[in-house]
Amino acid sequence: MKNFMQAALTEIAYQPQRLLEILRKIQQQYQHIPPQAIDYLADELKIPITQIVAVAEFYSFFHLTPQGHYQILLSDSITDRMLGKADLTTYLEQKLQLKLGQVRADGLVSLNNTSCTGLCDQGPAALINGYALPNLSYASIDAITALIEAQKPISEWPPELFSVADQICKVDLLLSAPIEKSTGLYAMFAKGLTASLAEIDLSDLRGRGGAGFKTAQKWQFCAEETSQQRYVVCNADEGEPGTFKDRVLLHRYADQVFEGMTICAAIIGAQQGFLYLRGEYLYLYQQLNAVLQQRRDEGLLGDNIVNQGLAFDIEIRLGAGAYICGEESALIESLEGKPGIPRNRPPYPVSCGYLNQPTVVNNVETFLAAAAIVVNGGAWFANVGTEKSAGSKILSISGDCEKPGIYEYPFGTSIAQILNDCGAKNVLGVQIGGPSGCFISNQEFDRQIAFEDLATGGSFIVFNQQRKILDIVQNFTDFFAHESCGFCTPCRVGTSLLKKQLDKIANGHGSAGDVVELDAISQLLKNYSHCGLGQTAANPVLTTLQRYPELYQQQLKNISYEPGFDLDAALETARQLAHRNDAAAHLQQVEE
Amino acid sequence: MASLTIDGQRIEFSEGQTIIEAATAAGVYIPHLCHKPGYTPHGSCKLCTVNVNGRNCSACTFPAAEGQAVLNNTEQLKQDRRKITQMLFVEGNHLCPSCEKSGNCQLQAVGYQLNMLDNHFPHFYPHRAVDASHPEILIDHNRCIFCNLCVRASREKDGKNVFGISGRGINKRLIINSATGQLKDSDIDVNDSAAHICPTGAILIKHTAYQAPIGERIYDHHSIDEVALEQEHGK
Repeated sequence: MKNFMQAALTEIAYQPQRLLEILRKIQQQYQHIPPQAIDYLADELKIPITQIVAVAEFYSFFHLTPQGHYQILLSDSITDRMLGKADLTTYLEQKLQLKLGQVRADGLVSLNNTSCTGLCDQGPAALINGYALPNLSYASIDAITALIEAQKPISEWPPELFSVADQICKVDLLLSAPIEKSTGLYAMFAKGLTASLAEIDLSDLRGRGGAGFKTAQKWQFCAEETSQQRYVVCNADEGEPGTFKDRVLLHRYADQVFEGMTICAAIIGAQQGFLYLRGEYLYLYQQLNAVLQQRRDEGLLGDNIVNQGLAFDIEIRLGAGAYICGEESALIESLEGKPGIPRNRPPYPVSCGYLNQPTVVNNVETFLAAAAIVVNGGAWFANVGTEKSAGSKILSISGDCEKPGIYEYPFGTSIAQILNDCGAKNVLGVQIGGPSGCFISNQEFDRQIAFEDLATGGSFIVFNQQRKILDIVQNFTDFFAHESCGFCTPCRVGTSLLKKQLDKIANGHGSAGDVVELDAISQLLKNYSHCGLGQTAANPVLTTLQRYPELYQQQLKNISYEPGFDLDAALETARQLAHRNDAAAHLQQVEE
Repeated sequence: MASLTIDGQRIEFSEGQTIIEAATAAGVYIPHLCHKPGYTPHGSCKLCTVNVNGRNCSACTFPAAEGQAVLNNTEQLKQDRRKITQMLFVEGNHLCPSCEKSGNCQLQAVGYQLNMLDNHFPHFYPHRAVDASHPEILIDHNRCIFCNLCVRASREKDGKNVFGISGRGINKRLIINSATGQLKDSDIDVNDSAAHICPTGAILIKHTAYQAPIGERIYDHHSIDEVALEQEHGK
């Protein structure tokens, strides 16, 4: 073990910030994080054992007890379930002679669920030792189980098992005309940094992760901070169930995204950038590193970018299965090698981010757009969309439709238009913006994709009339309870209470008052949680309760709460013994 | 001097103070458990949530600013703080009558202060262990509310790193910085701040349990708001 550990530590240059990276290697090597490895790391990285254990327990892809040599994680998003995940799971369990949640006695294979893997347009999906397996079928399960039993190394498996398609179905402003490599950088230096920022300001570009903070303003704030070090971080931790656009953008337009980051670095004065790539996209890691190396070779990254004296480089850091790391301050904690727990704000990352230095965190799509804006000008972008939502939005469409995939639309496009384009029929409703967003019914399809109407990070899940709303809400509510970081009381306890309360009603054990209680827990979560996760965790309940109250009421048992016995009569013996018969010795039956 | 209002009452504060610091200095109590004067604010228990210009904020982390209109003692906030306290009760195993911290416990005292009369929510009844390995200090994980005070005390006051909070969501747990995970193998000392800071009965000093009998303990005679304000002003 010592040799392995030393090599791994050398690879991360003994930087404690890269703790997740080394734990990933240890997990791969030993199928878990052994106690000896934890002690060794604590000594060598000079960090407490508690930090290592906390990180190992926080991220779903690390384990303190051994998993199988082949570790299978089944994506458990609602879209996987709609595509027949339950039956395939049973089949897989039979083939492997292994129950979900277990490690097989011979240690060869383990099977578990995981949150959405970003393959909703080609599910049901799974990860095997971290690598994505899309389009699971009975046939592919036959192939996979045979390869496992034959103990064939994953590197020798047929590549078609891992083949992920881009499925770009509709292009608009950005995707119809991607910029040529390096043109963004040359355009920026030709215009000047101030003028380039002015173009981004003019474009009215707002953050594409969903929150919609104005990009130019964020960059300006960061640039104005007095500091020697600044950082640019690209948030590619798209964990919102139903979103997968960043997967495609990074697969196909990585250069443009990196160019956007480099432009940001020049404007704010950063020398180091990070791409925080969700662990589920491990299969993109090598390719993206190759793109970065190519850019270094071509002078588009490094000490003297396009001979203009700009020094900037980008490092890829992988996540390890934690939805909360999509929250920017949790992401920064994760970059520092810690559990992804959102920070208190203020201060905001623009003034106190990575290693407490000013940091810009933007979504993949935001950097992609910024690069194009610097080339094409702010007006080019601002002329598209609505008054309050400039430009276009890239949607990840999945669920009950003929053509799931990537669709780009100008802001202001109606839901009806989008449903028509993707071939959705007989629609019950659409989940806009993922579980943390909003469920809209088929009475609302004239509404628009826009910050002022339906704001979204891009997740768009279609449900047809055969789907049961409570199944959907249960899946989403389970998701939040599983992904809550547990830092604050309302979310740590509230997401689990909400799950219990919803299950009680959905399973037919609810009685009068239980829907009111469901709403009350939801309000607590929304109003008192520390971060966006908790504040939106009750949205699936709240947005469907508002639209379909009768659905919840129908689940309730008809109990009026009459006590089963006469409470006052039961006290008669006690009254006789006490020689009392006054009013205070009698109990009134509780009125309904 | 800069000023803000709390429930309409004008309060002066100095630059750099949080809302709870400004309030306490002015003699206004805001319920709290994870906050303790002199320690880095944590902002996790959410009991100190106040409404600042229409938005809910943690008073222990949010900076006081000129002209803020802070709401603290509203019916809504009191009711919701009670529910947050009830959440803390059902999450762990808090059995006051058999707990040696009863009467000195801040969780219990906050419950009294907020007029909490039942647990309201269904209990989780988690399986949590007791670590009695250390000769002088006992950890009963059943009573941990993850306030992080022992973690901060060890780091900030004792110059050690004895405690940490691990796990995720409802599976949160207090962990010990030692190879075995047991307290006896850590470098904690019975005189450390971290051994004495627990607001509940999760970390206890052995052999001292009933030196003050039940009925003669601090919150048996004083409400927690009195005690908190007195401690702050008396220091």
